[in-house]
Amino acid sequence: MSVSPLHAALYVAAVWLAIAALGVVAPHSVRWVARVLFPAGALAGLGLASIALVAIAQPPHATVLPLGLPDLPFHLRIDALSAFFLALLGTVAAGVSIFAAGYIRPGAGTAPGVQCLWYHLFLASMALVLLADDAYVFMVTWETMAVSSFFLVTSDHRLPEIRRAGYLYLLVAHIGALAILLCFGVLQGGTGDYTFDAMRASSLAPFWATAAYLLALFGFGAKAGILPLHVWLPEAHPAAPSPVSALMSAVMLKTAIYGLLRVTFDLLHTQVWWWGVTALAIGLLTAVFGVVFSAVQTDMKRLLAYSSIENIGLIVVGFGLSVTFAAYRMDVLAALALTATLYHCLNHAYFKSLLFLATGSVLHATKERALGKLGGLIHRMPWVAWLALVGALAIAGLPPLNGFVSEWLLLQAFLFTPGLPDTYLNMLIPIAAAAIALAAALSGYVMVKFYGVIFLGRPREERLAEAHDAGVWERIGLAWLAVGCVALGVLPVQLVRIIDFVTGALVGQTLAGVTAASHWLFLAPVNPARASYSPLLLLVGIVIVTLLVWLGVRRLYHGRVRRAPAWDCGFPLLTARMQDTAEGFGQPVRQVFEPFFRMERELPAPFDAAPRYRVTVEDHLWYWLYAPIARVVERLTGLVATLQRGRISVYLMYSFATLLVLLLLAR
Amino acid sequence: MTEISWSGTIAQLTELALAILLAPLLTGWVNQCRAWLQNKSGPGLLRPYRLLRKLFGKDAVIAHGASALFRTTPYVLFGCMCMAAAIVPTLGTDLPYAPVADAIALVGILALARAALALAAMDIGTAFGTLGARREMMIGFLAEPALLMVLFTASLLSQTTSLATTVETLSQRDLAIYPSLAFAGVAFTMVSLAENARIPVDNPATHLELTMIHEAMVLEYSGRHLALVEWAASLKLFVYSCIGIALFFPFGIAQGGDAIGLLLALPALVVKLAIGGLLLALIETLSAKMRIFRAPEFLGTAFLLAVLALLIHAFLES
Repeated sequence: MSVSPLHAALYVAAVWLAIAALGVVAPHSVRWVARVLFPAGALAGLGLASIALVAIAQPPHATVLPLGLPDLPFHLRIDALSAFFLALLGTVAAGVSIFAAGYIRPGAGTAPGVQCLWYHLFLASMALVLLADDAYVFMVTWETMAVSSFFLVTSDHRLPEIRRAGYLYLLVAHIGALAILLCFGVLQGGTGDYTFDAMRASSLAPFWATAAYLLALFGFGAKAGILPLHVWLPEAHPAAPSPVSALMSAVMLKTAIYGLLRVTFDLLHTQVWWWGVTALAIGLLTAVFGVVFSAVQTDMKRLLAYSSIENIGLIVVGFGLSVTFAAYRMDVLAALALTATLYHCLNHAYFKSLLFLATGSVLHATKERALGKLGGLIHRMPWVAWLALVGALAIAGLPPLNGFVSEWLLLQAFLFTPGLPDTYLNMLIPIAAAAIALAAALSGYVMVKFYGVIFLGRPREERLAEAHDAGVWERIGLAWLAVGCVALGVLPVQLVRIIDFVTGALVGQTLAGVTAASHWLFLAPVNPARASYSPLLLLVGIVIVTLLVWLGVRRLYHGRVRRAPAWDCGFPLLTARMQDTAEGFGQPVRQVFEPFFRMERELPAPFDAAPRYRVTVEDHLWYWLYAPIARVVERLTGLVATLQRGRISVYLMYSFATLLVLLLLAR
Repeated sequence: MTEISWSGTIAQLTELALAILLAPLLTGWVNQCRAWLQNKSGPGLLRPYRLLRKLFGKDAVIAHGASALFRTTPYVLFGCMCMAAAIVPTLGTDLPYAPVADAIALVGILALARAALALAAMDIGTAFGTLGARREMMIGFLAEPALLMVLFTASLLSQTTSLATTVETLSQRDLAIYPSLAFAGVAFTMVSLAENARIPVDNPATHLELTMIHEAMVLEYSGRHLALVEWAASLKLFVYSCIGIALFFPFGIAQGGDAIGLLLALPALVVKLAIGGLLLALIETLSAKMRIFRAPEFLGTAFLLAVLALLIHAFLES
């Protein structure tokens, strides 16, 4: 008897749960937890990915588990959309788990076994979120995901700022979860049936459909980190251990995108054009905001966290564009924009987890997170440095790596928008394309800064000379993700054919139908005469020319090299402190985008004996939006507190009054 | 994809070889014109070739702290520029390599080259290297979106992002002035000045390190590495000139695999490049170098002009 993919996926989730439980057996044994359990978890991830790749081509499978509340059994279902995200989860989790096998070591924080418990619970709950087919399972697993990741974020719970970051994360996660719960409440349309099947079958009035969409955008947006709900991201990511940051950024943010796609394209049938435009505008703001802030960060993990905000922004832009196209029944273009969205989800999962893991290796080797105290690590940590280079170039959206492919698809989708029936939309779209181009170009700036300051140049601190390269497990994990970045970059046609199953299910159109005539080497999303791109041939071309030039120069001239001190225009006394720091590198962005920031500068006087330069860059939104809300909440709670008298007689009186009122009402 | 024809392959290889060989000549021509305009006698047209020969013959001196990234970058840079030159139609539009990368990918290739050079500049860890890298990336993030918008305007006019098809469409249109293309042309000129490290954004002939952008990045290079970097810079100027010609003056570029057209296209290209080089020298002579933080205003203007071009196209011409 063959096992259906759904059951196989459930077995993988069960394996993860079992590993979670086994972690507590010997919580302090690093050998047991890191060398046995985490590699096993990675294998399970690979299994999940292969199951998902089988399932994506098959019709949806559904099942009902006997678990759950008496009247509410667990409904589960696997279809193309969930299979796509399961494949993302499985492959990325495999790389991160292998890395974690080498990364975990006994420390002051949570014991390794307990970390293993939360980590695998986190993985299993993400898998189940993707498999959920009723609101009940969805919310239970969604909350498990939030709580387990909260405990992972606060692994180093002895530090007060980490506890604070964890609290903020939990708070935003729950505000978001409330909105999602309300969204499901609207979606069930008064039937009281919370299965997704019932929601698919019911058709909502336009007002309620819009309410459901906006609640979903808010709720899932809080998880994904769209503006202005992004505040938890730059706090939580640096606080968490690197494999956890990698998983949260790479996969957990994508579950929010999954939820958004599920609600918008699957549970709601009709789309309205301005839904898409709203998402588009929010996404653009998020993308530009994220990348501008990312450029001025001085902590490497905060920099990556802001870059995640940018990428989520780009994903939401693609989503908004596909909603708009779908609303106008332009199915091919909706499929194109959706393909760009899904492709970018996958790309971001790979390069961002790669970079977060690389920062983890750097952190372990140097005990340093501040960019201003790193430098020159390419000599000490060649493995990490060269693999991180792949991730940095990919995230900068440079061909022939993967970040460029999704950017290319997204820009292609924008170039088709003049076909929209609405003139004003047509006018707005070029501005949107310009903002996308700006964000993409800025991300190149950010990545040169990130990579150059950490890995290139000379060590800014003396003790960096003792930094050691990553161990074997960490190298395997990094290499797995880097290979993913390259493969996704050079084989886009094959990947688009897989994504086609999802777009076919969601918007009823695939790109394959349109590009049947095109070649496997050439990505030509709509029409080969209109636009085509072949990263593999481009890569081959660059490599061939580079090699020919190298050989030619060797053959015609010579290969002599002399080593000498750096020239630096003849200035003597060159020290490592003369290099740009992270602040220095971010200075042009601070100047060009000054209105974005709330800056405090402390400059030394000209003849200071011990000059001190300090600049802090903060987010306006924190002061414009969150601080007022916090004040209002504080005032309200103060009012409530007046009820609290601390004397039992007063409380008895409250009970008496309540009873009286109830008797009067219920009479 | 269409079948690859022999004539196409020959045209492709000729075009690539021509770009590689002619690029230093274009640089020499611009320098010579500038010298003439400034009442100097000038170093002669062939001076860049002599410089390259001299540099290739010298030993490469590399700083102690340089990594492999520093040594490979000149080759990668040169490779990227060759690929960029291969996809911009200069003589004919029947290019077998053209479907590999469209206009957006061309911008990507140029961005890859820029990022590689900026990283190499940071590799030694000198004050000027990082300064140059930072400034170059700043110019990059301002110029790249503007360039993309210019290319988008042409793409919307021709309904394709493939450069070869764009040239075919644009050269067949009647000789009317398209306002959108006019705006895009001004924006493109400004972007190319910045991207090729020309006055008013950067000064290729400067000896003041503190005002350098591109030159500050390559200070540590010497010998064959410097030769390749210089050659790649010439190629970049050549590629930008050819993009400008392809978008705004495509007349004379052979359509398809027409042999006579290809033969006629060569003198047309040389004349257009000569005029373009003269104009560049004129702009450089007439303007003064800006302070570095005036560059965002300059490039911001280019960006706005390019977006305006798109809007004008969306409103008036569609």
